[in-house]
Amino acid sequence: MSRGGTRLDTKKVNSELFTLTYGALVAQLLKDYENVEDVNKQLERMGYNMGIRLIEDFLARTGSGRCYDFRDTAEKIQSAFKIYLGVTPTITNWNAAGDEFSLCFESNPLTEFVELPDNCLHLKYCNLLTGVLRGACEMVQMEIAAWFVQDQLKNDNITEVRIKFVKRLEDAIPAGED
Amino acid sequence: MVIYGVYIVSKSGGLIFNHDHNVPKVENEKVFNYPLDIKLSYENKKTVVVFGQRGGINVGHVLTAANGEPVTGCELPDGRNIMELLDKQENFPITLKFSRAKMTTNEKIFLASMFYPLFAIASQLSPEPRCSGIEVLEADTFRLYCYQTLTGVKFIIIAEPLQTGVEVLTKRVYELYADYALKNPFYSLEMPIRCELFDTSLQLLLELVEKSGANSA
Repeated sequence: MSRGGTRLDTKKVNSELFTLTYGALVAQLLKDYENVEDVNKQLERMGYNMGIRLIEDFLARTGSGRCYDFRDTAEKIQSAFKIYLGVTPTITNWNAAGDEFSLCFESNPLTEFVELPDNCLHLKYCNLLTGVLRGACEMVQMEIAAWFVQDQLKNDNITEVRIKFVKRLEDAIPAGED
Repeated sequence: MVIYGVYIVSKSGGLIFNHDHNVPKVENEKVFNYPLDIKLSYENKKTVVVFGQRGGINVGHVLTAANGEPVTGCELPDGRNIMELLDKQENFPITLKFSRAKMTTNEKIFLASMFYPLFAIASQLSPEPRCSGIEVLEADTFRLYCYQTLTGVKFIIIAEPLQTGVEVLTKRVYELYADYALKNPFYSLEMPIRCELFDTSLQLLLELVEKSGANSA
C-alpha cells in the first residue's frame, strides 16, 4: 500500500484478493500444524509482527498524537480498521472502569467466502487481527489483550472483538513523553 | 536551499540510517616552499591544520595528499611519515592537498548515540511537564531538526539555516520509512536500513524539496 507519487491517494487493491490470500494462509497453516490451537497461536504471532510495523504506517499516514485515554485509543483503532480493511466497527460494551471495550463487526472482509468445516470449530479464523492490535499498541507503549467473543463464522449474529487495557509500558516510553 | 544530511536513530539510540545529501566539497591544492608556513598536527588519526589559515586552507582542514600521493593518517602509501618529510628542506617544494574533514561512519554512529542523551536531558530540564525534547538545534552554519515519532524513532535532518519547511520534510521521511523500510519483508526492526527503494525515494524527495520548496513535499 505504498503511497507512490501523491500523498493520501493510497493504492487500492480489491478486497477479494486480500480475502483470498488470507484464506490461503489459514488453509496452509491448518495443513502445516494440524492442531487448531497451534494455528490460532501462529496467526496471533504473525499478526503481532505485522502490527509492530503497521503502526508506523498508521502514524505516518494519519499524524495522530498520543492517546492519554483508552477512549481515544478505541476511536483510533476504529479509524485504522477503516483505513486498512475498509470497515468501520462499532465501539460498544465499555466496562465501568473504562479499560475494556468491544469492537463489533457487522461484516468482516476477511471471512467473506468462508464456511468453517466441522473439524475446525475451535479455529479463530481471524486471530491475526488480535495479534495486529496487540503489536501495534505495544509499539506506542500500551499493553493490551484482545480476543474474540463472538464470531459470525460460529453462527453468532455479529463478530465481536474484546479489547482490554493491561498497562502502560513505562520503561519503553521515549524520552520527552514521560 | 541546501539539505546537508538525513539521519534516523532507532528507539534504542542506534544510528540505523544516514545519508549525506549535499555537502559541498572543499578541496585546495597548493605548492609550499621550505619552511612550511602553516602548522600541522596529528590528531584523531588525521593530519590537520591547527594554525595559519590562508588561501582557502582553513584551520581544521585535513591533509589528504602530498605530491599527488594520498595521505592516510600521517603516512604516505610507501610508509613514510608525512610530518618527518615536511621537516626536511630537501623535500621542498611540495604540493599539498587539503580538504574538509569527512565524518567516518563510526563517528556518525558515535554522534548519533551522543544526541540521544542530549535529547533526553533537554526534556528533563524543561520547566514545564511533558516537554518534547530537542526539536530544533540552531547554529550559525546549520540547523538540526529532530522529529521523534510516538514509537520512539528519531528522524534528524541537517539543513541550511534558511531552508524552510524542514519540519514537514521530517514527517515525509517518516512516511517513506513506514513504506519502504518497514514494508520490506527482509528488513528487521532496529537494524540498519539497507533498502535501495528507500534510498532512491528519499533522494528524489530531498531534491524536490531543495528545488521547489517544502510545499511540494
